[in-house]
Amino acid sequence: MYSFAYHRPVSAAEAEALAAKAGEARFLAGGMTLLPAMKLRLAQPTDLIDLARLGDLRGIKVSGSEVRIGAMTLHAAVAASAEVKRAIPALAHCAGVIGDPQVRNRGTLGGSLANNDPAADYPAAVLGLNATVHTSRRTIPADSFFRGLFETALEPGELITAVSFPIPERAAYEKFRHPASRYAVVGVFVARTGGGVRVAVTGAGPCAFRATQLEQALAKNFSPDALKGIKISADGLNSDIHAAADYRAHLIGVMARRAVAAIA
Amino acid sequence: MTVQGIGAPVRRKEDRRYLTGRGTYTEDINRPGQLHAVILRSPHAHARILGIDTSAAARMPGVAAIFTGADMAKDNVGSIPCGWLIKNKDDTPMAEPPHPPLVPDRVRHVGDQVAVVIAETRNQARDAAEAIQVDYEVLPAAVDTAAAAKPGAPQVWEQAKNNVCFDWHLGDKAAVEAAFATAHHVTKIDLVNNRLIPNAMEPRAALGEYDRATGDYTLYTTSQNPHLIRLLMGAFVLHLPEHKLRVVAPDVGGGFGSKIYHYAEEAIVTWAAGKLGRPVKWVADRSESFISDAHGRDHVSHAELAMDQNGKFLALRVATIANVGAYLSTFSTCVPTYLYATLLAGVYATPAIYAEVKTVFTNTVPVDAYRGAGRPEATYLLERLVDKAAREMKIDRVELRRRNLIPRDAFPYQTPVALQYDSGDYQSTLEIALKNSDWAGFESRRAEAKKRGKLRGIGISTYIEACGIAPSAVVGSLGARAGLYESAAIRVHPTGSVSVMTGTHSHGQGHETTFAQIVADTLGMPIENVDIVHGDSSKIPFGMGTYGSRSLAVGGSAIVKALDKIVKKSKRIAAHLLEASEADIEFKDGTFSVAGTDRSVPFGQIALTAYVPHNYPITELEPGLEESAFYDPLNFTYPGGCHICEVEVDPETGVTEVVKFTAVDDVGRVINPMIVEGQVHGGLAQGIGQALYEICVYDKESGQILSGSYNDYTMPRAEHLPSFTVETHNTMCTHNPLGSKGVGEVGAIGSPPAVINAVIDALSPLGIEDIEMPATPQRAWRLIQTAGMARAAE
Repeated sequence: MYSFAYHRPVSAAEAEALAAKAGEARFLAGGMTLLPAMKLRLAQPTDLIDLARLGDLRGIKVSGSEVRIGAMTLHAAVAASAEVKRAIPALAHCAGVIGDPQVRNRGTLGGSLANNDPAADYPAAVLGLNATVHTSRRTIPADSFFRGLFETALEPGELITAVSFPIPERAAYEKFRHPASRYAVVGVFVARTGGGVRVAVTGAGPCAFRATQLEQALAKNFSPDALKGIKISADGLNSDIHAAADYRAHLIGVMARRAVAAIA
Repeated sequence: MTVQGIGAPVRRKEDRRYLTGRGTYTEDINRPGQLHAVILRSPHAHARILGIDTSAAARMPGVAAIFTGADMAKDNVGSIPCGWLIKNKDDTPMAEPPHPPLVPDRVRHVGDQVAVVIAETRNQARDAAEAIQVDYEVLPAAVDTAAAAKPGAPQVWEQAKNNVCFDWHLGDKAAVEAAFATAHHVTKIDLVNNRLIPNAMEPRAALGEYDRATGDYTLYTTSQNPHLIRLLMGAFVLHLPEHKLRVVAPDVGGGFGSKIYHYAEEAIVTWAAGKLGRPVKWVADRSESFISDAHGRDHVSHAELAMDQNGKFLALRVATIANVGAYLSTFSTCVPTYLYATLLAGVYATPAIYAEVKTVFTNTVPVDAYRGAGRPEATYLLERLVDKAAREMKIDRVELRRRNLIPRDAFPYQTPVALQYDSGDYQSTLEIALKNSDWAGFESRRAEAKKRGKLRGIGISTYIEACGIAPSAVVGSLGARAGLYESAAIRVHPTGSVSVMTGTHSHGQGHETTFAQIVADTLGMPIENVDIVHGDSSKIPFGMGTYGSRSLAVGGSAIVKALDKIVKKSKRIAAHLLEASEADIEFKDGTFSVAGTDRSVPFGQIALTAYVPHNYPITELEPGLEESAFYDPLNFTYPGGCHICEVEVDPETGVTEVVKFTAVDDVGRVINPMIVEGQVHGGLAQGIGQALYEICVYDKESGQILSGSYNDYTMPRAEHLPSFTVETHNTMCTHNPLGSKGVGEVGAIGSPPAVINAVIDALSPLGIEDIEMPATPQRAWRLIQTAGMARAAE
């Protein structure tokens, strides 16, 4: 690790002010990606702004129509929350299959979204549930938040404060777990609401995306059979030593069918 | 069996310190004035070093010194030696290129050692290492095992033409050819034994120290065999006399073979400590472990089995290409030869066998022994081949095995590939495993799984292995450059407690308990009164260390020999005290008594008498009670058994789940059944890991490692494993005093083919007959897809 200046602000405003002043600042949430990258000397921020004391950013609130989760809320807290399990069980499940117990007890919702790893689980839930990302400056709809590989709509120094998830009629998340890293080789989040059906895919592309082909089929007939025979194109999908693009394309179909089967 | 003696499932004495974080590992040791070393490693698989500029790095904060290969060459530092000379078919010696601790002019694998930076802190050393400018001329790399010896492949060493280290053979070629000529059927198979990265929990570390006042060097290192390191490094690399070099292997967090070898870093820190007059410590980070610990396996083989019309095996011929990587690691050459081809008879009475092994250099990390070392390669080949033969001959695979097993009454059994098995009962281990696994009831489980959409399969492997490599005279004649005996010294203290100095090394195996049980059993005392001392060359007699499941069979036997001497001398003292003839003295449960009388004296009093010899036969017997023994075995030991695996494959995703695993192993005399079971469990986890998860992947063009972290290298996890059904059915080793055979590696040897045979059985309804290790979801899915398309086309 290279040396860096360490800050521990107590408010989002102070955090933003510190970031504005610094040479190359990084916010530290759970640090599950940032700290290993720093240890490997792949990331070298001049200033590390630890968000641990921003108590306002932690917590879960369920109202009639939405679940609002603070950006600094741990995956383990979401996974264990009785309120989330009641309102959107698929969201609790999604948080519960992230990484391993150690990661779930350090990693945060905001950290995961801001990092936007192509194989992270939360982006599928955010996109699938049509959530709204609240930042220190504005609100960003899920559909315009994820821009590309590790790229989001966040501006420099902008801080995620919370995410509101509209409560769907039914939702399910099916994940094909990477046997080594525990990330999603492919994860598919399916949500059915009054407004229609959303299918979000993570792990397969540069960032989470909606499978409109599957959404259209399910809008007509919300059953696993509706997805049979739909061939997902491998174009633009990720390929690595564990899963080539065509295998990932195939897994999108399998995971989507299983998610639908769970809630149809 | 006493409560704590031989056969008792005593809890491990060492676990208290391991589990409470009180162990002392190499990294825990800090010496006054200690500096920290960071190795600058090659980012290229193959490149010429045109220049190294250390000037900017040398000026960085905290830097004490930077050394390169040129500096070591100036001090006449020698080459890291290979421990076993193999001869080619034409009796010429193998190609044996140099292996300098820091390379002077050319790097030959990603991770090769280019320079060492020594600084006040590790971070300073790392900063400075980044500031070293190396001018590389990148060369094409030879990476692929099968392609390395082909014409046109990039050459790793000038002295190894076509990258061949040696081209060796074993067996009677003419007899095999004759048998093939008359065979009813020949089954052929091509197999890859996947390359593995050992991944011991504790990364390697080394701390060198030099005392200017005495001229003594000390090396603390993560080693399975400190005396071997002292011998190799002292005599060959640094030219230090052994009485001036102490090597300590303290608590070591797992080895699996990877910590047998003498590594460059050990020589670098010891040499640098002498240059600088300050202790120098190096600790590998995990990324470094992936590219600097010796890897395992990496074979490409073709095998053919000739049978008569009844499926009787007539002859076997095998041609294997084994990858040794860029340099010859300590035991790299004996693994694919004398620990592999000699095992190709397996448990079968195949009358004629001929094996050819071509070993190739590549621009990859050196490959050496890894849990099982050669025997898993032989077992995998045989057991895949036998299953395939059964399919082709349309003979049930269990029946085919039964027809060819070496009969119970055939021992000692001379194989056609040099070894002579002393004991075994393969029929019984097979039958018990069939029963324990409910083999007969499998088809109903397959049908039930099918209802759930899963393809269920069952696989079997009947195996043998060879432990406690020996005897020294024989291995010496085959090219070994070391003896393979073991030592023990028993020191009885005046009040009767005992210290045992053993030449073996425990890095998780539980020797501190097992060996204490042997002493407790013989001398009739609680294990708490016995301390096992190991790992420090200044405390223990010269010993060969721990590998090849040898510690109990060889090291334990040395302890028994030394205990015999203790008991013999004690009897003489007892005879004196009891005023009886030595021949009338009996020893039982810690008490010496005169036969047929109530006169007796406890062991503790004998010990005290030996050290306070007021009433003592001083003219006939020396005082004191301390004995040592060196034990050189007459033969290998031959554990064996039967493993049966059941899997379920999800045909939609290709995911294989091991749902049931049954192991019945013959490990000879069991000292501690709990430890034996634990060793089998660990071995099975590693074997299942090789079969389903683990593989080291190199980019075939660039030689970059693509599985160089836990994000990509899949270690088996608890959730990947079922609850194992483990049992032993033991026949005694006939030539060592304990009757023990060894258990450290059986799990990793027997299991991979059982798993793969199960996967193939699961996929066989689709017409699939082969899958490579590891049988990853993507591999299985692709085969299923292809099979589906083939069916659709029919």
